[in-house]
Amino acid sequence: MNDQASHLLQLQDLEIDLFLEAIFRHYGYDFRNYNRAHVKRRIIHRQQTLGLSSVSELQHRVLHEKDFIEHILRDLSINVTEMYRDPAFYLAMRKEVFPLLRTWPYIKIWHAGCSTGEEVYSFAIMLKEEGLYDRCQIYATDFNPLVIETAKKGIYPISHIKDYTYNYQQAGGLQSFSDYYIAKYSSALLDQSLKQNIVFAEHNLVTDSIFAEVQLILCRNVLIYFNKELQNKVVQIFKDSLVKGGFLGLGSKENLMFTDVYEAFEVVDPKEKIYKKKHQL
Amino acid sequence: MKAKGFKNYQAVVIGTSAGGLKALKVILENLPDSFYLPIIIVQHLNPQSDGFLAQYLNQHSSLNVKEAESGEPIVQKHVYIAPANYHLLVEKNRSLSLTVSEKVNYARPSIDLLFESAAEVFLNALIGILLTGANDDGSRGIAKIKHFGGLTIAQNPESAEVNMMPVSAIKTGKVDIVLHLEEIPAMLASLCKS
Repeated sequence: MNDQASHLLQLQDLEIDLFLEAIFRHYGYDFRNYNRAHVKRRIIHRQQTLGLSSVSELQHRVLHEKDFIEHILRDLSINVTEMYRDPAFYLAMRKEVFPLLRTWPYIKIWHAGCSTGEEVYSFAIMLKEEGLYDRCQIYATDFNPLVIETAKKGIYPISHIKDYTYNYQQAGGLQSFSDYYIAKYSSALLDQSLKQNIVFAEHNLVTDSIFAEVQLILCRNVLIYFNKELQNKVVQIFKDSLVKGGFLGLGSKENLMFTDVYEAFEVVDPKEKIYKKKHQL
Repeated sequence: MKAKGFKNYQAVVIGTSAGGLKALKVILENLPDSFYLPIIIVQHLNPQSDGFLAQYLNQHSSLNVKEAESGEPIVQKHVYIAPANYHLLVEKNRSLSLTVSEKVNYARPSIDLLFESAAEVFLNALIGILLTGANDDGSRGIAKIKHFGGLTIAQNPESAEVNMMPVSAIKTGKVDIVLHLEEIPAMLASLCKS
């Protein structure tokens, strides 16, 4: 085996541990229990892009250079999203969850890990079409303040609209998607009335706790980045935040099955990963 | 150039794109029942495809072929396929993880990402194979496997339905063995003897 290569690899792993520890201790962002392969790739990519010779040098900059942490947050948060991502999920929500959701007089929804907001607005449109929006309060949260700022604006590149329109139709949209945005130059400005009942806020699933009792939690493609320990911690927060009979929607490759709270939920849609908190626990 | 004698190989990674379905079938159905190394596969797929590949290959293999799930431990006699639209990575504790981060070389799943992460975990106990395909994804991954002392194999471009992927890998100079598709199962079987 190539001993030199594996020695350097061990050093690099050590430096990454120290780097994550430094970010946590100094800035409070805790990536220590994220799946490491992905985090490592992003850190090394940043290091190489800057032409630095080691992760330790990167650590120096993140601790001593003003605003440098923003680059790291951008690297380590995944902001690949789109409107009506996985249309079948939205269709299942409309058909299987909304009929029960409407039995509550007032509906609180927590969209955890909302990124730049595309999926929050998608959901808001659907609530409007089903006549539920006016009695909803939507909390859309993310740990990254930069994406929250984008989400608040509700302005997206016009080049994506064709895909979003297709997704909207696949998701069971009732109108024409063009009813919900105004095109201006290269941007699409979403119907600003969609924001009325949405609160965008910073919240960190890893370090913050429960802040509201809600009827529905959407948290899609977030848990896949966490190790088992962290997944368990977060789904516990979800369980405690939901009212009895409340719903949880996860990403299509995420699952409660191997977590500590599995017994507290029943499966509503196994394919779309929609769960319901049991009435009797 | 040819690796000899070693070793206790512990895992196999395979990357392919255009023409990969047939090629993977040939490999999986011709491995002997005694073959036990876990195999982790990235086949470029249409983003909408839905678990079909794993089901199809499972019907043609005595191994347990399944779509990879996040957090799943890598175990012997299993074949893991990257789901469409997710990158598949190997974690240090020898489990699998998925991400939806940006495409790499226009691909998600990316062969490079799987190979590079697997190389750092299995080091010289990894076998990496690149098959037919119409782009150069996987070449960097092959170089990384070689860097950590693993064994690298490319399908002979003459027998590849689309030769760009193996040609590009061979050009890196980091490929140990070039084999016709039909020779790959027997080679793997010979490398999987305790």
